[in-house]
Amino acid sequence: MGLTARDQQLVAAIQGGLPLVSRPFAEIGARIGLSENETIERIQALLADGTIKRLGVVVRHHELGYRANAMTVWNIPDDQVDELGRRIGGVNFVTLCYRRPRHLPDWPYNLFSMIHGQNRAAVLHNIEHLIERCGLKAIQHEVLFSRRRFKQCGAHYIDAPPHQPVVARMHSPSEGQA
Amino acid sequence: MDTRDATIINQLQGGFPITERPYAEVAKTLAITEKELIERLENLLAEGLLSRFGPLYHAERLGGGLTLAALHVPDEGFDRVAEQVNHFPEVAHNYQREHHLNMWFVLATETAERIDEVLTEIEQKTGCRVYNVPKIEEFFVGLRFEL
Repeated sequence: MGLTARDQQLVAAIQGGLPLVSRPFAEIGARIGLSENETIERIQALLADGTIKRLGVVVRHHELGYRANAMTVWNIPDDQVDELGRRIGGVNFVTLCYRRPRHLPDWPYNLFSMIHGQNRAAVLHNIEHLIERCGLKAIQHEVLFSRRRFKQCGAHYIDAPPHQPVVARMHSPSEGQA
Repeated sequence: MDTRDATIINQLQGGFPITERPYAEVAKTLAITEKELIERLENLLAEGLLSRFGPLYHAERLGGGLTLAALHVPDEGFDRVAEQVNHFPEVAHNYQREHHLNMWFVLATETAERIDEVLTEIEQKTGCRVYNVPKIEEFFVGLRFEL
């Protein structure tokens, strides 16, 4: 891939999180032999080209009281999926919205949206609202509530030297982000 | 967690300045000190309300693979299969969901080619057919909660 060896080191150095110190980029740079300025420039470049989608806090929704989540899936005609995907993705309680392949006949759904809420009733209410607001009454859908979460951890992208902790986590995605 | 913590989380889900003193900059907009912001972030991480404070990568651009996949697992074998699937280090999340396809997991691999290999291994190990539903297009990147 397009990453230089140095950027790979940088990606590995921050994947577990930024240091909680006054000058975090100086500390990151010191670990991999970059100056503070170089570190800042490279991170800005990785954000600008989309290698880093975002830098900030990643919440654990369950621990924050969002105890229900529903992967809500839609069977949208192919020629409408871009338009409706954008509409669904633009609603503020929808946390993820992806087009994915169908597996006919078992699985007819081609748009996946993740909807969280304090409880099931709140999630279902949001879905009703979504159907109204985005004009989805004619669209076949299913709501897949989560019953148990077995694992929410280590997406591990790049090996760091053994002395560095590597605990990269993905949101999730939601969780569920993939 | 108090309302100030909620404000911090709301603000920092949106991004973080890439500057020499980023915490000081954010703290200023929240009318708190840099020290208080850092301590509150440490507490939120220690309490597990935040899974981390750092980057979300575009996995494919790093050369890695990422996908979502599902299985139908018969009820009586569910825990055994969950253990088998979770045992793969490439499995990042795994949820039981209410549907005929009742197990949904995210795979993240260091190379794109490795996705198919791991899915085949999971199929062989569990005896369950894998439904692979990789992302075709993304309409929203948020995963953002307003608290």
